[in-house]
Amino acid sequence: MTSQVSSPAEQADGAVVGEQRKRANDKDVRRLDRVIIRFAGDSGDGMQLTGDRFTSETASFGNDLSTLPNFPAEIRAPAGTLPGVSSFQLHFADHDILTPGDAPNVLVAMNPAALKANIADVPRGAEIIVNTDEFTKRAMQKVGYDTSPLEDGSLDGYHVHPVPLTALTVEALKEFELSRKDAGRSKNMFALGLLSWMYHRPTEGTERFLRSKFAKKPQIAAANIAAFHAGWNFGETTEDFAVSYEVAPASSAFPTGTYRNISGNLALSYGLIAASKQADLPLYLGSYPITPASDILHELSKHKNFGVRTFQAEDEIAGIGAALGAAFGGSLAVTTTSGPGVALKSETIGLAVSLELPLLVVDIQRGGPSTGLPTKTEQADLLQAMYGRNGEAPVPVVAPKTPADCFDAAIEAARIAITYRTPVFLLSDGYLANGSEPWRIPEIDQLPDLRTQFASGPNHTEADGAEVFWPYKRDAKTLARPWAIPGTPGLEHRIGGIEKQDGTGNISYDPANHEFMVRTRQAKIDGIEVPDLEVDDALGEANTLVLGWGSTYGPITAAVRRLRTAGERIAQAHLRHLNPFPKNLGEVLGRYDKVVVPEMNLGQLATLIRARYLVDARSYNQVNGMPFKAEQLATALKEAIHG
Amino acid sequence: MADTGTKGTGTIEALSLVPKAEAEQSMKDFKSDQEVRWCPGCGDYAILAAVQGFMPELGLAKENIVFVSGIGCSSRFPYYMNTYGMHSIHGRAPAIATGLASSRRDLSVWVVTGDGDALSIGGNHLIHALRRNVNLKILLFNNRIYGLTKGQYSPTSEVGKITKSTPMGSLDAPFNPVSLALGAEASFVARTVDSDRKHLTDVLRQAAAHPGTALVEIYQNCNIFNDGAFEVLKDKQQAEEAVIRLDHGQPIRFGTDLAKGVVRNPQTGDLEVVDVSEDNQSQILVHDAHAASPTTAFALSRLADPHTLHHTPIGVFRSTERPVYDAQMSDQLDEAIEQNGKGDLAALLAGGDTWTVVG
Repeated sequence: MTSQVSSPAEQADGAVVGEQRKRANDKDVRRLDRVIIRFAGDSGDGMQLTGDRFTSETASFGNDLSTLPNFPAEIRAPAGTLPGVSSFQLHFADHDILTPGDAPNVLVAMNPAALKANIADVPRGAEIIVNTDEFTKRAMQKVGYDTSPLEDGSLDGYHVHPVPLTALTVEALKEFELSRKDAGRSKNMFALGLLSWMYHRPTEGTERFLRSKFAKKPQIAAANIAAFHAGWNFGETTEDFAVSYEVAPASSAFPTGTYRNISGNLALSYGLIAASKQADLPLYLGSYPITPASDILHELSKHKNFGVRTFQAEDEIAGIGAALGAAFGGSLAVTTTSGPGVALKSETIGLAVSLELPLLVVDIQRGGPSTGLPTKTEQADLLQAMYGRNGEAPVPVVAPKTPADCFDAAIEAARIAITYRTPVFLLSDGYLANGSEPWRIPEIDQLPDLRTQFASGPNHTEADGAEVFWPYKRDAKTLARPWAIPGTPGLEHRIGGIEKQDGTGNISYDPANHEFMVRTRQAKIDGIEVPDLEVDDALGEANTLVLGWGSTYGPITAAVRRLRTAGERIAQAHLRHLNPFPKNLGEVLGRYDKVVVPEMNLGQLATLIRARYLVDARSYNQVNGMPFKAEQLATALKEAIHG
Repeated sequence: MADTGTKGTGTIEALSLVPKAEAEQSMKDFKSDQEVRWCPGCGDYAILAAVQGFMPELGLAKENIVFVSGIGCSSRFPYYMNTYGMHSIHGRAPAIATGLASSRRDLSVWVVTGDGDALSIGGNHLIHALRRNVNLKILLFNNRIYGLTKGQYSPTSEVGKITKSTPMGSLDAPFNPVSLALGAEASFVARTVDSDRKHLTDVLRQAAAHPGTALVEIYQNCNIFNDGAFEVLKDKQQAEEAVIRLDHGQPIRFGTDLAKGVVRNPQTGDLEVVDVSEDNQSQILVHDAHAASPTTAFALSRLADPHTLHHTPIGVFRSTERPVYDAQMSDQLDEAIEQNGKGDLAALLAGGDTWTVVG
C-alpha cells in the first residue's frame, strides 16, 4: 500500500515518507509527514464526537492540526439521506500546517449516503473505510446507487477496506446485555479505535473522556470503551489492515510553551473573559441563541465564578439592548450573534454609536442572505458591519484569522471599545468558530492592560466659574467621551439617540452642531490606533500582493507557500483591522502591480479597497459555504501573477 | 406638593441595596436644567411634577436613580429628571433597563414608556420584562394615540377610531394593558390617572416598594390629538359612575353613595357590577391585591368597557412577591464562586488536556 504519500505539501519540505519499521505483531509501520482524515456518517452517527476525540488524541500527541466540522442545519435529518450527512475533517502533521486540508487521504464512510456525499473530494489512491453493514440495497437505493459501489468497480483505484462496523461492535458488546440497536450505537467508537490504531494515537484521553461523559451511566461508559478497544484490536489483528502509520509530533514547528487544542468559539469566549479580567470590569453578555454563535453563550454561562453575567434575551434586539444597558452601568458588555441577528441589532448599534459607550458585537458569520446556510461559513457580513446602519454610524471592525487567534482578536476588540468608547464588531465565521488548532496558552502577565478610568468629577468650568460635568467633552487624543456610570455623585446626566450638543450632550438640532458631531464621530473611529499592516514578501521581488482578512488566512498562506515552493514570487498581507484600516495600507497597496483579494463573498473587501485607495484590486471569490482549498487558491493566484 | 425639603425614609426593602440620600431632598433637586418641551396642556406635565415631587420620599441617593425611556412624547421624560437617564430607541427601553438593573443592583431603575412604545413596537420586551420580574418600575403613559408622529391610532385606541391613518375608522381591537400585564405574569400591576396627583403618587409609592417589575398604567391626556379621552374618568359627575377605586382589603364599591359594587357571578365565576342592597352587601368582593392567583385581578381588568371606559378600575390590581430576576442572577454568581472558587484565569486557559513543547 503506497497510496498514502503526502499530497502537495503546504511547506517546502513537505513530502516526506520516512523510514519503515515493524510493529510488534510484525505489521509494517510507515512514517508520514501529514495525514488528512474525514469521518462521515449520518447526523445521528456521532461523527462530530468521533472527530473531536481523534483531534484531542492528536493534539495531546503533539502534532500540529487543523479541523473542519461540516454538518447540516437539521438536528436529525432523515436517516440515510444525503442532506443528513455530517462529517469531520482533520489534518495533522509533524510540521506547521494551516488548513484542514484539501483532499482526504482517508475517508471513513459510515453509510452509503456518507460515501456518496464525500467521494468527489477524495482522490484516487486514498483509503476508504466503509461500514458494510449499512450498504443494504434499500440504503443504497435511497441515495441513488443502483448497484453497490463496493462491487461495481466505481471505487477502483481507491484502497477500500470493507468492515462490518456495526456487526463487529454488536459482537464486541454482547456481554453488556444491550439491545442490538443500542450496542450498534457505539460503532463510532469502534471506528475511532480502528483509526487510533492505524495512526498510533494515544488512547488514555478517550477512555478518560468516556468515563467522565457517562459518569452517571457506567454501563454505557464501559460499553463505549469496549467498542473503542475492539476497534483498536481489530486493526491489530485483521489482515486487511497490514500497515499502520506514524506522524511524529510537530515539536520543532512550535515555539516552546504549553499548548492545548482550541476551537474558535472557545478561544473567543476565553478572550472575552480575559478582557474582562484585564479591564477589571464585569463581563455582561446579552444574547439570543443563533447558529453558529450559541456556543459562546453556552461557554460564558459556565463561568459565573468569574463574575460573568449571561442574559438569554427574548430576541436579538433585547440581547444587544441589555448589553448596552449594562455598558451604561459600567460592564464590559457583549452581544453575540450571526448575520441575521446583526440585521436585527442594527438600530441598537446605531444607538451605541450615538451614546458612545463600549460594546462588543460578535458576529459569527454564516451563509446568507436571510437564514441562508446556518451551519456553513461565509464572510459576507463585512459590508453589513461597515455600513449596515442608518446615518453616518462608523463602527470599528476586527477580524480573527485562525481559531486560536479568536482569543487575541477578542481582547483587541475590547481594547478598542474601552479606549474609544464605541461599539466594535468582532467578525469571526463558522469555519473559525467550529474549527480547531493547537493554541499556545498565554502567560497571564503578558496580556495587555485594559484598565480604564470612569469619570469621577466635573470636567468643565463654565463662564461663571461653575464646575460642571459635560458628558460629551472629549479626550483630546482619542476623542473618547467620559464614561460616567450611574452611582457617581454629581455626574447625573442624560444621554440619548437624538443628536447632542457638542460638550454638554443636551439635545441639539443645530445644523452646524450636527455636522460637527457627525464628523467628530467619524474622526474618532478613523483615528483609532491600529498596528501597521505587515507584509510577507521575503525576497522583496514580488509584483503581486495577495490581501486577505479573517478566516482565509490559513488557505491563503498555504497557497502562498505552495507557490513559493514552486518558485513563484508573491507577497502576502492579512488584515486584522477592517475599520479603520492600518495607516500604511495605501502605501503597501501602491507597492505592487497587482493586488488579489480572495474572499468568501462576492468581493466586499475588494470593494472597500477599490473605493478607498483607487487600486484595481482583483477579487477571487467563493461562496459555497466552505473554506477555500489551498490548491485551488494557488492555481488562481498563479494565474493572477502571470495574467 | 409644596417644594419643601423631605427626608425620605430610604427604608424600602426592595431598594435596600440602593445607597441612601445623605441630605434632605426636595422636588427641585430632581428637576434638570432642560426646558420641558411637551405641548402646553399635555398630561405629561402633571406626571412629571408628581414623579419629581414623589422622588424625595424615597430617600435614595439621586445618582443611583436612572430613568430609561424609548421613543415617543413620554420618552422625553428622562431629560427632565436630574438623575441618570437614557433616551433610547423605540420600544427597547425594558430590554436596556433589564441589562442595567441586572448588572447594577445598587440602582433604582425606572422605565418611562407610552402605549405605542410599550405595546406596539416594544410589546415583546414589555412582556418578557414582566415575566422575568426584573427590578424595574415601568410607567406606561397611555393616551390611546400616537402623538409624536402626529395622530395615528395606537394599540390601545378604541375600535373605529378615526385618525390620519384610519380615515374610515381603525379595525384592530385594542389591548387592555392591565390584562396584558397580568397575562404576562406581572407581579405588580396598577392603573392611575395623570390628573389625580394624590392617587398617582400613592400608586408610585407602592410601585417603588415592590420587589420586581412593577407596571403602572397612567391614563394621560393628549390634548392635541386625543383630547378628552379620559374625560369620563375625570369629570367629577361622570367619574362617580365610571371609576372603580381599588383599595386592598376594602369592598369594591363605587358610584354615588357607593351604591354600586362588584360581585362574583356564582354561575360563571366572572365579575359583574350590581346595585348594592341589604341582600347582596355581604357578597361584595373584597379587593385582595396580594392574592396568589391573578384570576380575580384579571376579571377586574375586564370590567371596563373599552369604548366608553365605564367601570374602569384604578388602583393596584395585583401586588405579589415572587423571585426577582436580578437578585437570582446575582445569587447564581455567588453560588458559582462558592462551588468552584473565584475564577482563576490561568487555570481556565490551561484547561485539561495540554502538552508542552520544550526548546
